[in-house]
Amino acid sequence: MMKLKKGKLLIDQHNKDYLYGGKFGGNYVPETLKKPIEDLANLFEKLRRDKKFLNERDYYFKNYVGVPTPFFKLKNLTKHLGGAQIWCKQVSKANGGAHKIYNATVHALIALKAKKRFIIGDTGAGYAGKMLSMAAKKFGLKCKIFMGTKDIVRQAVNCRAMRKNGAEVVPVDSGSKTLVDAVSECMRYWVSNCDTTHMCVGSTVGPNIFIKICAWSTAQISRELMVQVKKEFGRVPKKLKLINCVGGGSSAMGFWNEFIGYDRNQVELIGVEAGGPKNSKRHAAPLTNGAKIGVLHGALQYVIQDAEGQIEETESISAGLDYPGVSPLHCLLKDSKRARYTSATDEESLEALKLISKLEKGKIRPSLEPAHAFSEAIKIAPKLSKDTIICVDSCGDQKKDKQIIKERLGHNL
Amino acid sequence: MRLSNIASTFKKCRQEHRPALLTYTVSGDPNKKKSFEILKAISSHADICEIGVGHNCNTGDGKQIQNSTYRAIKNGIKIKDTFAIVKKFKKTKNAKPCILMGYYNSVVQYGENRFVRKCKQVGVDGLIIVDLPWPENRNFSKKCKKNSINFIQLLSPTTSRTRMKKIIKDSHDMIYYISMLSTTGGKLKVSPEKILENYNKIKKINKSKNLVIGFGITIKTISSLKKADGLVVGSALCNEISKSIKNRQNSVTNVSNMVKNIRAKLS
Repeated sequence: MMKLKKGKLLIDQHNKDYLYGGKFGGNYVPETLKKPIEDLANLFEKLRRDKKFLNERDYYFKNYVGVPTPFFKLKNLTKHLGGAQIWCKQVSKANGGAHKIYNATVHALIALKAKKRFIIGDTGAGYAGKMLSMAAKKFGLKCKIFMGTKDIVRQAVNCRAMRKNGAEVVPVDSGSKTLVDAVSECMRYWVSNCDTTHMCVGSTVGPNIFIKICAWSTAQISRELMVQVKKEFGRVPKKLKLINCVGGGSSAMGFWNEFIGYDRNQVELIGVEAGGPKNSKRHAAPLTNGAKIGVLHGALQYVIQDAEGQIEETESISAGLDYPGVSPLHCLLKDSKRARYTSATDEESLEALKLISKLEKGKIRPSLEPAHAFSEAIKIAPKLSKDTIICVDSCGDQKKDKQIIKERLGHNL
Repeated sequence: MRLSNIASTFKKCRQEHRPALLTYTVSGDPNKKKSFEILKAISSHADICEIGVGHNCNTGDGKQIQNSTYRAIKNGIKIKDTFAIVKKFKKTKNAKPCILMGYYNSVVQYGENRFVRKCKQVGVDGLIIVDLPWPENRNFSKKCKKNSINFIQLLSPTTSRTRMKKIIKDSHDMIYYISMLSTTGGKLKVSPEKILENYNKIKKINKSKNLVIGFGITIKTISSLKKADGLVVGSALCNEISKSIKNRQNSVTNVSNMVKNIRAKLS
């Protein structure tokens, strides 16, 4: 079994070939990108040790992102389920409405240090794109966002926001017309323009440096959570479960980072992937459904593919989780058994939203992505003791999904 | 030591005072049968044939090769079919050295050792794996060499001189220089003089390596780069197949004529 190294950040637990556990990650990119990736890696290693840069990051996290985000108990849901206590880390309160703002802000700051005036990024649910367009506007960078045409339609709200922020939304019409093709097209653009342009990968996927920057940025979530949990309970509770949805895996990495070193009997990490429509073979859950290891977007990972290695189409009600691969960091956490992965179907996620809307109205309005995590919490809470603390990362706001929810349920929530 | 088919092809072209012409078409495009016929027809005019093993996350490729790839996959091309096409092609009268060009995941899923063995068995002369750069390709390129298959290293305008030296040291008979910062098939945005200047810098590091230039080369631009050891034309051919289909014309004749005309520019 794969083992995690004690006392070392997960993002730094790779070997000299940038492989985690000897088999996940790496830099499988065309030759042209080797140099820009190396330059970016060198710059980031310097910046993350630079006190001035850290102060700058913290300044913008505090005054622009708006940290810390709230942490509170969902009393009605807890009472209704009659088991474990359910708590919520409302990351969707961050500026822009989702966790993607951490990575976007850090990338914009890095682009400035690298003296690049142009910034590009991919997006699925549209949050990564929206936040990057916000950060670009804030820091005076010209921004292009690559987005699948299927997602442009279903996440029109975020798409409008990007354009309003002055970003150009580049429609991607190839393949499945979703996130996977948006990432491919973004990388293609970078190959052609890497001399003037900084690339931001929207999640903890891609060549190693992008995984590192993203997880390092979202780690802010668990730094806050650690303080909030200790303040609330006096210490890290004896039975704590941290539940997070997993698409590429950036919010889960941020939510778990500070807690990875704890024994799994004390702090259980549960990742919930997109199971897709009920009774359908299609899904976006490579970890849950035993996908094989393959190369996608520059990194070895569990990825949904056919016997020939062609990447297969995925399906999920949630555009943000609709991705065939998953972060090499999550592959490492799975194979080392530090985290447990499961999936929730489209229908289960909608049911979870209905229940939350009924019981916690006015308190939280999670998007379809965290709805997957809430679904798992609702499933397991009744079977657990009252001193068990379940904390769910409500990483995205529901506003962008209003139309989909109305179509599926026949009414607004 | 006996020269490899690839090395002796370059030698022959050098004696004829012209660069080698390398073509690239996607295996199975527009379908299995036609892609074999195209290969057979163009090999009367080309010196080395690159055959694309299509992958649907081809991040190094522009629109033209993407279109060819999606068409081939849609029409059911499998890796075993590509090997069958190479095997059949190598038995034809005008067969030229064959280079398979593709993405690493196809090799990973087939199994590295099995892939190399199969290449040797059907007569593949060389391999280009777009997303397996140096040093990630060190082990795999050794395996290729052991099986008398050329692993072709790529160099780009972003490759530093120190890195170039290391890559060239680990290279076999042929090296591929990417003309500009672009995916395949982009418009040539760098002057031919600048490309040849970079080309000469690389040649100076090791004169004995056969260095070809690719990306953005069309019938219009190819004459200006004649000083190179070899020139690759790919996207232009893929685009010709797409155009032929759109205009309901014979893609085999059209592509073959195009290669013939390109070849005439090099004499």
